[in-house]
Amino acid sequence: MKKAFPILGVLTAVLLIYALYMALVWAPTEKTMGNVQRIFYYHVPSAWTAFILFFVNFVASVLYLIKRKPAADIVALVSAEVGVVFCTVVLVTGPIWARPVWGIWWTWDMRLTSTLVLWLIYVSYLFLRRFSSSGQTPTLAAALAVLGALCVPFVYFSIWFFRTQHPQPVMGGGGSIDPRMLHVLLINWLAFSCFAFLVCWSRYRLEKLQRDVDHAHALASLLDPRGSGR
Amino acid sequence: MSAPTGITRATLLKDLRLEWRSKDAINSMLFFSLLVVVVFSFSFDPSAEESRLIAGGLIWVAFLFAAVVALNQTWARELRNQVLDAYRVSPAPANSLFIAKTLGNFIFVTVLEALMTPLFIVFYRLRALGPAWQLLLVAVLGTWALVVNGTFFAAMSLRTRSREIMLPLLLFPISIPALLAMVQSTTAILNGEGARFWIVLLVTYDLVFTTVCLLLFETVLNAE
Repeated sequence: MKKAFPILGVLTAVLLIYALYMALVWAPTEKTMGNVQRIFYYHVPSAWTAFILFFVNFVASVLYLIKRKPAADIVALVSAEVGVVFCTVVLVTGPIWARPVWGIWWTWDMRLTSTLVLWLIYVSYLFLRRFSSSGQTPTLAAALAVLGALCVPFVYFSIWFFRTQHPQPVMGGGGSIDPRMLHVLLINWLAFSCFAFLVCWSRYRLEKLQRDVDHAHALASLLDPRGSGR
Repeated sequence: MSAPTGITRATLLKDLRLEWRSKDAINSMLFFSLLVVVVFSFSFDPSAEESRLIAGGLIWVAFLFAAVVALNQTWARELRNQVLDAYRVSPAPANSLFIAKTLGNFIFVTVLEALMTPLFIVFYRLRALGPAWQLLLVAVLGTWALVVNGTFFAAMSLRTRSREIMLPLLLFPISIPALLAMVQSTTAILNGEGARFWIVLLVTYDLVFTTVCLLLFETVLNAE
């Protein structure tokens, strides 16, 4: 297991560099938007990666509620943290793309609004994690994650209806996509997924170590009544 | 009467009786709501025709903030004298307590809405162009959505740091679809447009989240 991490790290680095080259150089230039469109290869894969991570969070939370395994709790925490980071990337690259193309930083179109609400839900999850005392945090956070995940379809559905009543410019141009662009998009997604997995794994190990240290400290101060100087 | 409904009834009546004697929650909610309305009136001309388009949103924001005031005090009484711990070790089902608390909050917020609505009508010169009975339906469904999630999150925030701020931090994001539905349906009814989609969404939201809260409440109450 320990050897796999650096190997995967190198592979991911190579994949990211290749994906970067593909996105910035190899991919064909878009007809109407020009080179600005290339941010699409960061905006969309980040969104897909974030969605997958939030789904992992949901599954891990349900697993924790059923089985009460600490590993499930750590996976839930880790996937939420990394998912929020990728969601932030989506929310930042969105306006960066919108500004030169539409002349505005933000628009309350369906996709951006839904992503913002998704971000808000998972940031509130992270707040609960931070503010509750360590005894009940896993259970409370798991319950919140279930509620949050169930809320997601409502969010998309309600905002979709809200926005289709008053049509807004849709980012990213509808219709079919050039097969070469699709190819670059998928390569970037693969690279981002590998990177996300790497970061999650690293964070998982860090969190597990932290908990083991805390546990050892607690045990030590229990056994030594004069205090362990923590 | 079976034990669970008996417990629910007893807890609910106790809370209502305590509230009736002190009137703490209802007074603070009422005053807070009024303040919100007045402050909002500075940002636009309330009597203009355009106000009909934003009145729905403002009304629900005022009710939302007032509901948070009510929700924050939901469990405060139970924490004193370890009443909640006593409840945990008793064989009483946790859901009875949850339903009692939710119903209590629902009644408080509904009373507030009943008192504030004439004020809104007067301040914003509101006249519903659509069927006014639908506004009643939206009020009931919307209030329930806020209160059921709010009572659940209030229980969740009990042992967190900054308990009072945790409740809105957790409640608002998850309530966004319901809030959108409440505001849009109110605006639609006031302007004589169709609100069926939003009402159906509210019903679905209420059903789903009431079920999930009931399923998870025991876990949250006993999380230790």
